[in-house]
Amino acid sequence: MDFFTIVQLGDASVRMAIPLLLACLAGLFSERAGIFDIGLEGKMLAAAFVSAAVSYTSGSVWVGLLAGIGISVVLAIIHGIASITFKGNQLISGVAINFFAAGLTVVIAQGWFAQGGRTPSLPQDARFNGLDFPGALSRMRDKMQASPGMQFYSEFVSGHSILVYLGLLAVPLSWWILYRTRFGLRLRAVGEAPEAVDTAGISVVRLRFSAVIICGILCGIAGAYLSTAVQAGFTKDMTANRGFIALAALIFAKWRPWYALGACLLFGLFFAIDIRFSNIQLQIIWIMVLLLGCAAALTIYAVRREKIDVIVLGGLSAVLAAVAFTAWFATASADGISIFAALWETVKVPSQLIQSLPYLFVVIVLAGFVGKAIPPRAGGQPYVKER
Amino acid sequence: MSDIPPAIELVGISKAFGPVQANKDISIRVMPGTIHGIIGENGAGKSTLMSILYGFYKADAGEIFIAGQKTQIPDSQAAIAAGIGMVFQHFKLVQNFSVLENVVLGAEDGALLRPSLAKARKQLKSLAEEYELHVDPDAIIEDLGVGMQQRVEILKALYRHADILILDEPTGVLTPPEADQLFRILGRLKAEGKTIILITHKLREIMDITDTVSVMRRGEMDSTVKTSETNPADLAERMVGRKVLLRVDKTPAKPKDVVLEVRDLNITDAKGVHRLKGVSFNVRAGEILGIAGVSGNGQSELLEVLGGYEKATGEILLNGVPLDLTGAHSDGQSRRARGIAHVPEDRQHEGLIMDFSAWENTAFGYHHDPDYQINALLMDNAAILRDAQEKMDRFDVRPADPLLSAKNFSGGNQQKIVVAREIERDPDLLLVGQPTRGVDIGAIEFIHQQIVALRDAGKAILLVSVELDEIMGLSDRIAVMFDGKIMGERLPENTNEKELGLLMAGVTDGESA
Amino acid sequence: MDKMPKWADVALVPVVSLIIAALISAIVFVAVGQNPWEALKLMAYGAVGTSDFLGYTLFYATNFIFTGLAVAVAFHASLFNIGGEGQVLLGGLGAAIVVLFVPWPHWTLALIAGATAAAVFGALWVAIPAYLQARRGSHIVITTIMFNFMASGVLIYMLSGPLKPDGNMQIATAIFPEASHLPSLNDIAGLFGSDLFGRSPVNISILIALLACVAVWALIWHTRLGYQIRALGRSESAAKYAGISAVNITMIALLISGGLAGMMAVNNTMGINTPQLVDNAAGGAGFIGIAVALMGRNHPVGIIIAALLFGALYQGGAELSAATSIPVQIVVVIQALVIMFTGALDEMVRAPIEKLFIRFGRSRVAGE
Repeated sequence: MDFFTIVQLGDASVRMAIPLLLACLAGLFSERAGIFDIGLEGKMLAAAFVSAAVSYTSGSVWVGLLAGIGISVVLAIIHGIASITFKGNQLISGVAINFFAAGLTVVIAQGWFAQGGRTPSLPQDARFNGLDFPGALSRMRDKMQASPGMQFYSEFVSGHSILVYLGLLAVPLSWWILYRTRFGLRLRAVGEAPEAVDTAGISVVRLRFSAVIICGILCGIAGAYLSTAVQAGFTKDMTANRGFIALAALIFAKWRPWYALGACLLFGLFFAIDIRFSNIQLQIIWIMVLLLGCAAALTIYAVRREKIDVIVLGGLSAVLAAVAFTAWFATASADGISIFAALWETVKVPSQLIQSLPYLFVVIVLAGFVGKAIPPRAGGQPYVKER
Repeated sequence: MSDIPPAIELVGISKAFGPVQANKDISIRVMPGTIHGIIGENGAGKSTLMSILYGFYKADAGEIFIAGQKTQIPDSQAAIAAGIGMVFQHFKLVQNFSVLENVVLGAEDGALLRPSLAKARKQLKSLAEEYELHVDPDAIIEDLGVGMQQRVEILKALYRHADILILDEPTGVLTPPEADQLFRILGRLKAEGKTIILITHKLREIMDITDTVSVMRRGEMDSTVKTSETNPADLAERMVGRKVLLRVDKTPAKPKDVVLEVRDLNITDAKGVHRLKGVSFNVRAGEILGIAGVSGNGQSELLEVLGGYEKATGEILLNGVPLDLTGAHSDGQSRRARGIAHVPEDRQHEGLIMDFSAWENTAFGYHHDPDYQINALLMDNAAILRDAQEKMDRFDVRPADPLLSAKNFSGGNQQKIVVAREIERDPDLLLVGQPTRGVDIGAIEFIHQQIVALRDAGKAILLVSVELDEIMGLSDRIAVMFDGKIMGERLPENTNEKELGLLMAGVTDGESA
Repeated sequence: MDKMPKWADVALVPVVSLIIAALISAIVFVAVGQNPWEALKLMAYGAVGTSDFLGYTLFYATNFIFTGLAVAVAFHASLFNIGGEGQVLLGGLGAAIVVLFVPWPHWTLALIAGATAAAVFGALWVAIPAYLQARRGSHIVITTIMFNFMASGVLIYMLSGPLKPDGNMQIATAIFPEASHLPSLNDIAGLFGSDLFGRSPVNISILIALLACVAVWALIWHTRLGYQIRALGRSESAAKYAGISAVNITMIALLISGGLAGMMAVNNTMGINTPQLVDNAAGGAGFIGIAVALMGRNHPVGIIIAALLFGALYQGGAELSAATSIPVQIVVVIQALVIMFTGALDEMVRAPIEKLFIRFGRSRVAGE
């Protein structure tokens, strides 16, 4: 892998991380205020559709962006009404919003454009295009021949759409709001102890609604970014679970803005790997080492604990081992060579596995093997004045 | 009366929570610069009334006058603006914020935090000197003890320039010496001209510190009198509406063999805090061992270990046979099988499932009982229902309807359901935690009688209570816990509240002498 | 006393929620230029208008009974199993493997083996999320969503590799052996000279679904396990006091839930007209199960009714989209609205109804 490939990978990671980052910060504001929001996905999807549709119709991507933010905020307010005003189950409300967006975007796209539930492809000027920084090279050929510093500047620093820079800027801004302003103090307080906020004479309802609306705005930008900057138009289910991955990144980031940046860049890297290296070849021996190593680690972890750990993790280890040996023997018999020779054969890692990597990593993050996090204390519970 | 207007005057306040009338047409006058006590039983409506005054609840009817001016208090913001501060029974603090941030929250000076914090830091220092309320402004709340947290609450009110300070059951979590210190602070505040309203159900506090006292009963205002013109017996009668027996009728205990022996019990929690430190004691058949102490000194953990839902190191023998403290048999089911019944401290979150009907709760914890099964697969719901009906009749649970959800019973009747379930199991050892917390007086007497009757039937009883009166009245022997240790054992006839109070504060005989 | 009579709680509130959801759906129809009344008529015809349509409605309802029960069992333990979709896919994989690789002499044996394998695979697929929830407190909602995605990865890998028959272009397994084909309800009706269900795939597994309803009812309200599941779901702290193991009960409840979802494969894999496992076997049924369970108030009887309704909606929606330009996703919209109103906005619907009952003085206060 040469330096330019690494720069390109980093560049793609940032590009893929931005929607995650915006959604993650959206979730951060909401959850810091005590409102769980599993509906990030739905809000992004709705915003992706509306901003593409409006950009196409109006010809202005900025109008599209505003419209996307608008629909996302509307959905956020619905979530607020369900979970703040009517003290409903926040998970169920979020799930409903996800389905609502998934269904309605296609229905309306079909009714509006009649192109099978997608928007028409956006013309150049109805999209967010990359900004070329002064002095940056834009042609691929030039870049490949430039010095490493120039490659880094041209490919990694320059050339992103304005939303990427906005998204990155949102990190310090979020930090500043949370930790340096009155609003941030109150927001953090209402997610930890709403009764303290209430008795201090501050409206819990208003504060939580503000948080939910900020969440809506950020999800709106994330959605618009997907359909007007990453791609040129809306396609069905184009958010592809990013809303859920953002939630996992949020937990990984322990509900802190700077950590969120790191977590999202990591997930962005997974997506970048998937895009760039769809065809990964591995020698059987490495597959064996990897899978059996995992199996051994899980078993060692389990035996020192309780029966249930032994059963579940032991079972998982057995499955991993079985997969490893199946791959090994199957390769041997397919190529008609000896078992030992097969160890040095290379096989293609199933593309489904590569695509599943971010999701797998989410599960590992949630399992808490990568550091245990303490969520906001009042998270997920509606505020009811005690009697 | 002079012509100074009262600091607070409430006229005809009413408040209902659904079908429950918490406050009925209540009127009260509190004069400035006095300490005014409000006393009443649990559920008499004291806290509701004060929460209305603080804007936490909105009254259905009635008027509020502050310093003679009619004032609307729709929310806490309005109450704060009217110069009212309140220290709730359960503190309203953000646990992972610093003292400074908690004080500033809601009383910031502008959109940016830094100047507010700087100003508050200075103010806090001068308040600390003025009222002897020293707290480290940068300490995180969850690292502070309850006494300190209470100071932060008082500072919060003073920082907001409160002239009227309401304290709801402030001594419930304090040791007697801490309570004395609080009362000194209140005295100082009064001297500075502040008006203080003290809500309590403890007669001694009323007699010790207040100038006037109002008695509430069942949501209504019974009377307001000068403290100097009344006495505890009179107040108690007003609280309950009839003469009360302040003592439990019981014959001397006839202890037999040791049933429960606890040796060197230790618990260290996840944060590495030692909750129990080498606790040892024993309980004999036919006696009640009372464990006194301010809540949070290890009594709950002790009950949890004995009840099988907390792990510990050390040794516990039941009838001479050890209990499993860490392994597969350290669970509640195994404990029940060994003949330990448990009336837990918190009936709403432990003893009962509030959404279950009374009959389902009758089987709670005993759902594996063979009498409750038709066969290996199915439960005999009809048998449980019959059993529930019998128990509810015998324990005079009202209404005696086993189909009703637990949440629809009053506190006393809920507790009777739990006590009936546990006592009727005829256990060798009964664990009882706070048996009468939030229970009306009629039910208290009944529950106390049941506990004594079980003792007389030759069972061992371990009673944990933060109510010293209850400990003194019921126990045959008293052990005092402080900071996870047993500070000493006393016989009720040879001790008094003062001596126990010192032990509860961790002062041993040697030091007090 | 409770604020309103039981019938109002179990019937009136969901019906009102449904009406509100229907009204909003009508607005959506108007927005995309469709007359809602015409659309409703088309959907009704598409759902029960012919024996084929009726049969399809029942076929889909069978799917939704399984997934509805799956979600409901988890809900009783206060767990939100949103992974039905993936568990259904894995269940299909299990059923396909035992039916394809074992030469069953008779469909009854194939049915038993297929159902068992489907349940086991479905349960195993939720085992890791369940374990992580029980032991590590990892959020079951997010982990099961991730497992949904991975399930479709596993399935596509299996269908385009190991389970792909030679020379087949389609991403699907071979068609199952003749002996394992389940009798369709129309075959049974045919014994009586009727053609009630036409060429629809509704089959004998609808009886399995109904049996599962009885079993779940007995489990939840008449067994110790069900008692413990409900106790844990209502109050974790109280369950701890009673000696109910949160870890074990969480695991067991979710395994049962996953097993029920997996068993749907009997209907949608073994029971279809050309029995085979295809890549989009679940078809959103796992998610519809959420709406079905919420609307059915987590009770098997309610679930049957809600499943029938969603079966009709699903089938009617398909016919609607064939006849008009409205895509089938309209069903997802209605499903979302039902989840919203019967789930999250329950209080909004319930409070005014409760007030009406209180005003008309039907309530009593429990005495002191």
